[in-house]
Formats: sequence, C-alpha cells, structure tokens
Amino acid sequence: MSVVFFTVAAILVISGGIGVVAARNIVYAALSLLIAMIGTAGIFLIGLAEFLALVQLLIYGGAVVIVILFSLMLTRIQDFEFLTTNKQWPIALIVAMCLLGLLAISVLVGDSTATTMGSTDISELGLSLFSDWAIPFELASLVLLIALIGAVVIVRRDNEEDK
Amino acid sequence: MELIYFQLLAAILFCIGVYGVLARRSAVLILMSIELMLNAVNINLIGYAAFSSFGSAHRNLGQVLIIFIITIAAAELALAMAIILRLYRNKNNVNVDELDILKG
Repeated sequence: MSVVFFTVAAILVISGGIGVVAARNIVYAALSLLIAMIGTAGIFLIGLAEFLALVQLLIYGGAVVIVILFSLMLTRIQDFEFLTTNKQWPIALIVAMCLLGLLAISVLVGDSTATTMGSTDISELGLSLFSDWAIPFELASLVLLIALIGAVVIVRRDNEEDK
Repeated sequence: MELIYFQLLAAILFCIGVYGVLARRSAVLILMSIELMLNAVNINLIGYAAFSSFGSAHRNLGQVLIIFIITIAAAELALAMAIILRLYRNKNNVNVDELDILKG
C-alpha cells in the first residue's frame, strides 16, 4: 500500500522538478517548485517523519515559494518570460544524464538489505535536538539571524546612491 | 518499501536540479534548481533514517540533519534573493550569461 503512495508522491516530485527546469514561463516554474515541495512532504510522510513533513510544507510550500514569487515580481518577469534556457543546454543534459547513470549504478550495486522501517517520536527528536545537538541548534539560529540582517543590508537603498 | 526507492528518487531529482543549474539563464531559476537538489538530499536522508537498523539514535540523527539542511537552505535563499534584487537594481537584468564583467 505504501508503495502506491510512494509512487504518487514520486510522480509529483519528478513532474514538479521537470516543470522547474523546463517551463517556458518563469511563474509556471515557481508553481512547479511548489508541486515538487508538496510531493517531497508526501515522501517524508511515507518515510515516517511526520514532523518534517509539516516543516517541509510550512517552510518550502509556504515561505520559499512566496519569496521566489516576490523576487520574480520585483525583477520584472515579463522582460525574460521567454528564452530562459541558454545555448549550452545539450551539454547540460548530457552531464545530468551521465551523473544520473553514475548515481543509479552506485545505488543498484550497493545492495541495501534493510527492509523494515522505523519511526521516531517527535518528543525524542526534540530531546536529541536540545541535548546532543544544542550547540549546532543555537549556531543555526545565529546563522539565520546574520543571514536575514545581511539580506536587509544588501537590499537597502543607500541615500547617496539616489542623488 | 525498500531503501532503493528513496535512493533512486533522490538521484533522479538531484540530476534534474543539476540540469537546471547548468542550463537555465535566469538566476532565480538557478536558485530554484538548487532548492531541488537540496530536497533530493533530504529525500535520501529520510530514506536512510527510516531504514536505519542501528536504533532510534541514528533515526534522530537523520531527522536532525534534515532540520539543519532546511534551516541553512532558508538562510541561503534569503541572501541569494537579496543579491539577485541588488543585481537587478545595478545591472537591470539577472541573466547569468550576461553578467560577465569579470571576463578577461
């Protein structure tokens, strides 16, 4: 049964990904990214990570796609609505296919014998996040703060520049 | 369910992201392809975390790693969007093959 769900979610993810890299209109690409993110949340649910599925929907489905749409709006998308693929795309396709072959071979050769899935409690996850991983957690909050302040500083319009 | 499904899906999504980074012109689309690659890594990690046979400590490790990846990806996205907006304001386009002022 979970194989069926996995197949549906995988089709969502792959079609969304192809939409991101192949859509002619850049807004459609952003909406395809949303579809891929929702499919990824489904994959997380099948992988027995309910909390991460929620986080994925909130952060990626909500925040990231909205930020991308905002930046499309602010950078005048109608100017480059067409011709969004550069002229070396056949080389890029060959490189991506070779990488896919390499990864598929390495996946298929390395036989994974594990067949039983196990879930983890949200409370257990929170405990390990705040005991074993407390210092990286605080550092991550610092990284977020610095990144957001840096983003504001970069975007802010200087007064001297306008004159 | 087997681990190999997760691994194959992650490989396919990662290669789609690689193609997008190499083939797209707009910086915003390249950023979206990078988000796809980060998601492929997350799918791989969730597979390994779910099929771990070393007890719950390893499962927690996989999920904690995914939480950190999502955090760093959000920070990266905010900074990259700021740089793209600045680029648009200064150069009036965000196509990466026209931004060649460093070319000798």
